[in-house]
Amino acid sequence: MVFPYHRGMATLTRADVEHVAHLARLGLAEHELTELEGQLNHILEQYAKLAELDTDDIPPTAQVIELETILRDDVVRTSLDPAAVLANAPERDGDFFVVPAILGGD
Amino acid sequence: MSPMTPDAADALTELHAHDLAGALRAGIVSARELAAAHLARTHRTDQGLHAWLSIDDERALAEADAADARLSAARAAGPDALAALHPMHGVPVALKDLVSIRGGQATAGSRILEGYIAPYDAHITERLRAAGAVILGKTNMDEFAMGSSTEHSAYGPTANPWDLGRVPGGSSGGSAAAVAAFQTPVSIGTDTGGSIRQPASMCGVTGMRPTYGRVSRYGIVAFASSLDQVGPFGRDARDAAALLHAVAGRDARDSTSAPIAVPDDLISLPAGDDEAAGWLRGKRFGIPAEYFPAGMDAGVDARIREGIAALEAAGAVVEPVSLPHTEYALAAYYIVAPAEASSNLARYDGVRFGHSVRGGGDYLSNYLATRGRGFGPEVKRRIMLGTYALSAGYYDAFYLKALKVRTLIKRDFDLLWGQGFDALVAPTAPSVAFEFGAKTADPVEMYLADACTLPVNMAGLPGISTPCGLSDGLPVGLQFIGAPWSEAALFRAARAYEGVTAGSAWRSMRPRDLAALEDPAVPTPAERAARR
Repeated sequence: MVFPYHRGMATLTRADVEHVAHLARLGLAEHELTELEGQLNHILEQYAKLAELDTDDIPPTAQVIELETILRDDVVRTSLDPAAVLANAPERDGDFFVVPAILGGD
Repeated sequence: MSPMTPDAADALTELHAHDLAGALRAGIVSARELAAAHLARTHRTDQGLHAWLSIDDERALAEADAADARLSAARAAGPDALAALHPMHGVPVALKDLVSIRGGQATAGSRILEGYIAPYDAHITERLRAAGAVILGKTNMDEFAMGSSTEHSAYGPTANPWDLGRVPGGSSGGSAAAVAAFQTPVSIGTDTGGSIRQPASMCGVTGMRPTYGRVSRYGIVAFASSLDQVGPFGRDARDAAALLHAVAGRDARDSTSAPIAVPDDLISLPAGDDEAAGWLRGKRFGIPAEYFPAGMDAGVDARIREGIAALEAAGAVVEPVSLPHTEYALAAYYIVAPAEASSNLARYDGVRFGHSVRGGGDYLSNYLATRGRGFGPEVKRRIMLGTYALSAGYYDAFYLKALKVRTLIKRDFDLLWGQGFDALVAPTAPSVAFEFGAKTADPVEMYLADACTLPVNMAGLPGISTPCGLSDGLPVGLQFIGAPWSEAALFRAARAYEGVTAGSAWRSMRPRDLAALEDPAVPTPAERAARR
């Protein structure tokens, strides 16, 4: 072990794991949910380390390099070849992607 | 030209790109011969290594022929035209399998992108073509670049040519192993938390993560967009620098790519060892104490301290420094990176491209099945972590907190740049290459493999790993970390280190399992990993 481990209170319940999986649109098997519950809690214990730092007056850094907003010239450009893009469609109808219905149905 | 003997072709694969550049211009060898020699060696030796996910002989040879035609035209036009060719002209290169090549695969090591055909070239693919480089194929990687061993590839692990029972590091393990095993002189990787430097260290090659914004990510599968950068591998500093020179620079299609000139120093590093070493005189290097924690491999610690002593002996000024927030970087990184990943990977919905499971159910059941079956365990873990960290009620406690800690990490570095340090020197990784399966049971153990590299990503800095000897017969990497946009100085430092250690016995050592790769009955890395 190189850096110290941190052990603390588990924070995620099985129901939490199922809820997060739903938010993430991940269909997980029972054994995956069980395994993730343990692993996620173990990883979350490492996060507890951050509570040692007082960051009330520290601004967040979301972007590390300072760039002015750069606007590109508004010129007509060729877009991607529709045939090449549509060739990747799992299911298509002519020049359209076929998607499952999101309204109505059952 | 008459066909070469296999031995002569193999000899070509062991040359540096800068040697090949000279031979190409002199007409001693053709780009086609170079491509053919590397393709032959790759096909012959990759069963036991599995560094590649696809090799496109036909495309590579066509690109080589085009490079030869440009060479002939330049030769006819005169010395100026020949000199104007990029050092990468005619040189074979491998791309990590998350870089788009129009008409080719880009799996990112994932089942969810199996069968996907890129409809366009990445910016760096265009740049490599413009430079005249010859793309041989695509290399193996941890799925979506999430991992430190290449064991998380959905297509099976890559082995380390120094010991086929060990990992090459990751996530760009295929790119590092292919260069170490003489399958290609140079390759492209990406580095989000150490994914170029750590495998470079473990495979005994040179690898750089450039400053955030140095290379366009257009056409490269995203993992964590505030951390991802593209960078080169080579068997020495000059080769890696020339490859970076070919791909770096502003691209309007990646708004984070910076309009900052790419220094031509990258293609004019000194050839002579003494001249290179002379650069060190009076240079000031900081040695961050936090990168030498109690419990790191004794052999790694010894090699790094010898490396620092060699820099000092060559006239560099070496001073202990502190980066006090280093111990918080791992936790902050493992909030920021998964949060960004969970957002980036939301695009894999099975609607427009990639793996799709459609059982006649509604859209939600299709999403759940597509993503549940398409992603592997580590990717699911990170999506779960990131989704949780960004979810209602936890955003401030996790994500915002991590971004604030990121500010503290960056300030630690900024303070040292303000004090005039030319670079910081540290280990690249806390250990040498580990055995298959050694860290797969506990995700946190795997995450710790990037403890010495990921703070650099959090601060957006450039870092380079250069070989500095062996521990237990396995390579150790010395890391130089620099201020933003100091890539040329980092390459000079790495080149200088090559100069001062040119006489060391380890410099001439070759990966010890190269001979085993020649055995047609050599087990695949997946078979070796399964035995454990």
